[in-house]
Amino acid sequence: MAVIETKDLTYTYPNATKPAIHGVSLKIEKGEFVILTGPSGCGKTTLCRCFNGLIPHFYQGELTGEIQVAGLNVAGNPIHKLTLHVGLVFQNPENQLFALSVEKDVAFGLENLGVPREDMQKQVDWALETSGIYNLRERAPDELSGGQQQRVAIASIIAMRPEIMVLDEPTSFLDPMGAEKIFEVIDKLNKSLGITVILVEHRLDLAARYANHVIVMDKGKIILDGEPRTVLGSQKARLLGVGIPKATRLYQILEEENGLKTDNVPVTSEEIVKLLREVLKT
Amino acid sequence: MSVFDGLKFRRVTSPIHMLDPRIKFLYVCSIFVVAILFWELLPLIILFLMQIPFVLLARVQKEWVRSLRGAAFLAVIIFSTNLFFRFMYTGYPTLQDIEYASAMTLRFVVLVESFSVFFLTTSPDHLGLALEQSHVPYEFCFAFTTAVRFVPVLADEAQTIMDAQKARGLELEKGNFLKRIRNYIPILIPLIISAIRRSLELAEAMESRAWGAIEKRTNLYVLKMRKADYLLILASILILIIGVYIRYYVPTPSFSDLLKL
Amino acid sequence: MIKVKDVYFTYPTGVEALKGVSLTIRDGEFIAIMGQNGAGKTTLIKHFNGLLKPTKGEVLVGSVNTKTTSVARLARNVGFVFQNPDNQLFCETVEEEVAFALKNFGYKDTTLKKRVTWALNLLGLTEYRKTSPFMLSGGERKRVALASVLAWNPKVVVMDEPTIGQDYQQKEILRQFIIQLNTQGKTVVVVTHDVEFVAECNPRVILMSEGKIVADGVGKKVLTDIDRLTQASIVLPQVAQIFMGLTDFGLPTDVIDLYEAREILMKRLGEK
Repeated sequence: MAVIETKDLTYTYPNATKPAIHGVSLKIEKGEFVILTGPSGCGKTTLCRCFNGLIPHFYQGELTGEIQVAGLNVAGNPIHKLTLHVGLVFQNPENQLFALSVEKDVAFGLENLGVPREDMQKQVDWALETSGIYNLRERAPDELSGGQQQRVAIASIIAMRPEIMVLDEPTSFLDPMGAEKIFEVIDKLNKSLGITVILVEHRLDLAARYANHVIVMDKGKIILDGEPRTVLGSQKARLLGVGIPKATRLYQILEEENGLKTDNVPVTSEEIVKLLREVLKT
Repeated sequence: MSVFDGLKFRRVTSPIHMLDPRIKFLYVCSIFVVAILFWELLPLIILFLMQIPFVLLARVQKEWVRSLRGAAFLAVIIFSTNLFFRFMYTGYPTLQDIEYASAMTLRFVVLVESFSVFFLTTSPDHLGLALEQSHVPYEFCFAFTTAVRFVPVLADEAQTIMDAQKARGLELEKGNFLKRIRNYIPILIPLIISAIRRSLELAEAMESRAWGAIEKRTNLYVLKMRKADYLLILASILILIIGVYIRYYVPTPSFSDLLKL
Repeated sequence: MIKVKDVYFTYPTGVEALKGVSLTIRDGEFIAIMGQNGAGKTTLIKHFNGLLKPTKGEVLVGSVNTKTTSVARLARNVGFVFQNPDNQLFCETVEEEVAFALKNFGYKDTTLKKRVTWALNLLGLTEYRKTSPFMLSGGERKRVALASVLAWNPKVVVMDEPTIGQDYQQKEILRQFIIQLNTQGKTVVVVTHDVEFVAECNPRVILMSEGKIVADGVGKKVLTDIDRLTQASIVLPQVAQIFMGLTDFGLPTDVIDLYEAREILMKRLGEK
């Protein structure tokens, strides 16, 4: 059952001459872990904003085509209604935290929704624990590292219990270790809570292992859409300049020049090591 | 920056920190009102000394003293101006003139230091909560807490911008007065633009967390009045009553009178 | 030549960011300084142009001691490209932006114009000469910031986290540009935590952790030294991870470059 479905979605920002996304048709099933990637300016950020209604409600502009999220028509529902089903985590951790303590920030969405205080504390505590930051609940946001701040942002979204979570390059400002921690948290939310995840990322070396669906965009259009191995292992992805994992790249080189073949195109270093060990043993 | 240091919140637990900010504010106001009632030095000195136990109880002595030092500059101006305007007519300052000028200065100091204690012992979120529960529209409370939240961020950013422009040869201290002001343009413009961009990102994040979903927002925290708060209300009212009584019914000796004894 | 002699640095807040750092950077070197956020990398490079002065120890740029020299003077030889270009851009046109530093350093008239044209050309920004920098995309603004620093042709170019938020292609272009600068004789210092980027450049690598240098050497060696990398909280480059899993086949372990990996594996597979 598709939890997000778009048909021929086209959007032009106000005062822009060209559409930022054009003819985008996609289907995302419940529980998927989707990676959305592509060169800068390809429209990934725009598409994310369509998922929770920031487009068209906040940004205005021209939106044509159909988009249904969690069974709701995005254009016909206000943002605050959509936020009950879709959460959006942004790139810059700092500009998502407004309150003076972590706990208050996580409660922000619930306060806006008018959740009674007795229920709120429970939901806030649950969200803090699930994101692994319960011990930070009384700290001020500027005392936290970038990675911790992003986990607060994630906690504040899951407190509202959406079925879908969209993350727009959440690890841009983090070092690789911080990035891995974030991916682990997201993966946990996906695997144990069944939350559908849409992750916009460039760092495929680190993130590809978690995905079961990859979409590649370029210049506002969807170019590739399918299984990670097929998409990341394809010529097209490489030619578009997508940062495919080195493991996949190495495999491609050896396949071309040495005839190395497998059905499961490796996307992680562990997978290619396994493949190479088998080949080298014989 | 030392004056501002005196106003910055210090995260310490003390009985003063636990008091309801609305009541603390009431107390500070009653001190202020009583201070305005008196022209004589003696009652003002008493008012000033009355704050010290609070300062010590709240363990904010160091910062409080710093705020006084910061106020010292203005205090000197107030003293000299008042003194000057008094003896301008007579030609030379009398003891009464000095007492008057000192009293005006001390009024100012009492005001500064009582507010300093207030800000030093009240966290910004406590303050924001007090505003909310005093039925100030939520938009203003939110604007207040968000502003406080971002002050350290903006300060850091200003420093980074200064570094970036200095690394391009900008010399802030160089040139005449006019040039020095113009030197700050390469710092202000990036700062302002960044603030605008930041506001846009904040707005997006707010919308994405159901901002404006319903009229009546709820709140994770609530300010509850405790015994100590009720005591403080009592104290504030007493101070007001005693102050007014002494002002109108008890002759207050001035220093010049005391010296004649 | 930059000499860092046993430098300690403590911020006014009391945080001791550098705890006895010593380092020599020779003219024309290409260096990557790596480490976790908070290891002291940015603090260290800010000593190169005098933005920070050592609490203890000294820093010599050429023969000049940074303690007694102004930032403006040091900046003539050490160009600094900050992480966020929006922290610098303030002019009405790209041209003025690129000319800003030149004006500060006393360039005038024709020399100024020539330098601006040269810098714009170098970064492919000639068509945006009269455009407002704020109208440009993120990547283009980064190039404007870079052009404005290269305009006065400093001998040393320091870049603080230049790869943040960039896609793979943009990083490739940046990498080639850096190599070009280095080939032209400039000393290039890049601060980054992007291990894959550094692996593809293979410069001299310095690892920092908690205010100290924990490793300093050739990229291949440092980036495959697991103990040191763990100390600095840096992940192994992907290619090195792959070869770590193949040690029992007698393959070398200090491989970080994809093409070297290919050569080695092709040879081994060809031997079958």
